[in-house]
This record gives sequence, C-alpha cells and structure tokens, in this order.
Amino acid sequence: MATQHYTSTAKLLHWLMAILLFGLLALGFYMHDLPLSPDKLKLYSWHKWAGVSAFLLVGFRLLWRFTHRPPALPESMPKLMQFAAHAGHLALYGLMLAIPLSGWLMSSAKGFQTVWFGVLPIPDLLDKNKEVGDLLQTVHMSLNLLFVAVLAGHIGAALKHHFIDKDDILIRMAPRHSKEN
Amino acid sequence: MKRLAFALAFATLIPAAHAVEYTQVQSDKSAINFVYKQMGVAVDGKFRKFSSQLNFDPAKPAAAKASFAVELASVDTGATEGDEEVAGKAWFNTKAFPTAQFVSGNVKALGGNKYEVAGRLTIKGKVQDVVVPATFTAQGNVGVFDGAFTIRRADFTIGEGAWAKFDIVANDVLIKFRITASSK
Ligand code: HEM
Repeated sequence: MATQHYTSTAKLLHWLMAILLFGLLALGFYMHDLPLSPDKLKLYSWHKWAGVSAFLLVGFRLLWRFTHRPPALPESMPKLMQFAAHAGHLALYGLMLAIPLSGWLMSSAKGFQTVWFGVLPIPDLLDKNKEVGDLLQTVHMSLNLLFVAVLAGHIGAALKHHFIDKDDILIRMAPRHSKEN
Repeated sequence: MKRLAFALAFATLIPAAHAVEYTQVQSDKSAINFVYKQMGVAVDGKFRKFSSQLNFDPAKPAAAKASFAVELASVDTGATEGDEEVAGKAWFNTKAFPTAQFVSGNVKALGGNKYEVAGRLTIKGKVQDVVVPATFTAQGNVGVFDGAFTIRRADFTIGEGAWAKFDIVANDVLIKFRITASSK
C-alpha cells in the first residue's frame, strides 16, 4: 500500500518547529547559567522573540491540525500503542502551548516586557510581582524538563517505528521522494 | 469697623501663610524610581532607601532648600541578579560610593504649582549640575512634590567596561520622584 503522507504544510510546520524548539531549549538552558552581561541580556531578548514566534507557529499548526486530519495509524499497531501515540502527541501540543505562555507570563511578572523583534510590544498579562515571577520561572523550567522527557519518548518512538517495526510512520512525516508520489 | 476687621483678618492671614514650612519628609509616602531602556524596551526600578533634608515654604520658594542622599545599595532592578550587578564596580561601586547626593541651589517658582530646582548631583564621585522640574501640591499640612528629570549614566561612569556601550542599556535614565512632606 502506498504511504499516506502528512500534508506538506504539516510537514513544514513540524520540521520548522523541531529546529526552532531545539534551538529554544538549548538557548534557554545555556543563557540561564550565564553571568549577567550585555550578551546575556541580548540572548534573553532573542529567546523571547523566538519563543513568541514558536507560540504563533503552534497556534497556526493547531488550526491546520483541526482542519486536516493526519493519516491513520497502521492497523498493525496494537490499540494500546495507538493510544500512547495519541496521548504523546496531545502532551506535545499542550507543552508547546504552555511553555511559551509561561515564558510570556514570567516576563510580564518580572517587569521585563517582551517587544517582538524589538518592534511589536506584546502586552504584559500580569502586574510586576517578584514572587509570581520567580514562581513562573520555576514553572517554565519544569515544563521544559517535562518537554525534554516527552521529546525523548517522541523521537525514540519514531526511530523504533522506522528501524525495529520497519513501518512507514517516520516516512510519512519526511519529505516525499520523487519516485514515490 | 468693617475696615478694621478686614485689616485684622489680613494681618492674621499673612503670617499664617508664611508659617507653613514643609520639613518632615515621610519616607513611606515618598519614592525614587528610575526608568531606562533595555534593547529599546522601557524597564523600571526603584531605590528603597534615602535620607533627606527639606525646607520648603511655598510663600518663599527662593529660600527653599533640599538635599537627598540615596542609598545606592538599596536599588531594586526587579531581579536579584540585577541588584547585585549594579551594586558592583562597573555600575555604582557602592563599596566606594555608597550614596548618590543631590543638593539644591536656586529654586524658581514658575507660576501655578510649578517649580524649577537647580542643583548638584553627585554619583560615583562625579558631579553634574541638573535642573529638576517639580510640581508641589499641598493639602493642609502635607505637601507632595512630583517630578522627573533625565540623566545620562555615562556622565557618572555608571556601567563601565562591557556595559559602556548603549546598544543594550541606553545612556538616558529617567529619574522620577514623589516626595511627601509635612509641616511641623
Ligand atoms: C516553545 C517555546 C519556548 C521554549 C522551548 C523555551 C525554553 C526555555 C528553557 C529550556 C529555558 C531554561 C530554563 C531554566 O533553566 O530556567 C528557558 C528560560 C527562559 N525563557 Fe523560555 N522557552 C520558550 C518560550 C519562551 C517565551 C515565549 C518567553 C518570553 C516571552 C520565554 C522567556 C524565558 C526567560 C525569560 C527565561 C530565563 C529564565 C531565567 O533564567 O531567569 N521563553 N526557556
């Protein structure tokens, strides 16, 4: 049977966000431990700009997902595994929304407004409050640690499908080869 | 008779107007804040502690005197890391220069409730003349001064070394104050 692919838009969003989110994770953990310097402040701003971009992208991605049903999982997959796959994807979407949202709330509470690419001011959702800011920082970090764990599961599962189950789960998110179509 | 009453009333009024001299600064109702731009984004902070001396009689503005000593280590940038950083050598160097001082010189009444206070500002061993516009609003024996003026941090070498450029932290810093004082 010919492989049922995701739409090219879904694939583009998937891989674009994969690159962006890995960059954001790496930048986030790296900048957090830097001593305060002009470069640190610059990296914080870049992180916030990229994070807001990710938030917008995931919004668009969810719209696309609701209007374009992805191909069904293979019949060969046990029901429990299918359920785990759906739950995993739900967790990924939830975290992709909750992480930038917690970052935005944290920046508001800390009194450092986000101005997207230095041009578009994003409204502060919370009043300046140190305790709330510190709490949200912990929330942002914890959600990110959880995200890393879920991503590890996600990537591990994709590789297992490809190399052990030898099904087309990874292929259908990959760019099409010209000979297939 | 009418005339006499009027004269009497007048005679008692004038000294009364002169007697109201605001001298007791109420630190819990006073604040010294600052606003600066970080990569174009306005960020504010404040100083928690300062001491002051004040003599202000609205009837004799030219004789008014004010001096402030702001405890620089009491800075609140909104982040502990920031508070520690600006207390350090490159910024305020609070070990060597614990306070910023303002001493008033000429006070001009601009009419209405507006005043212009010339003075000297000393931070980190550097002295600058500044002119501070302020308004004064009195309610009985309590008066409130409000005002703001801009300084350039480079004039006081606040933020040296890596911070000396203005691309991340701007040169201009707006100082905003509200001083509440009562008469004795
Ligand atoms: C999907 C998007 C995002 C990802 C994956 C992400 C990831 C991270 C990670 C891994 C950290 C380090 C956590 C730590 O060690 O404390 C971090 C820190 C941070 N993030 Fe995000 N972030 C995202 C979006 C945002 C957004 C939208 C904002 C603000 C508008 C933001 C603001 C911050 C700030 C200010 C910190 C530093 C916390 C601190 O060290 O004080 N993030 N982020």
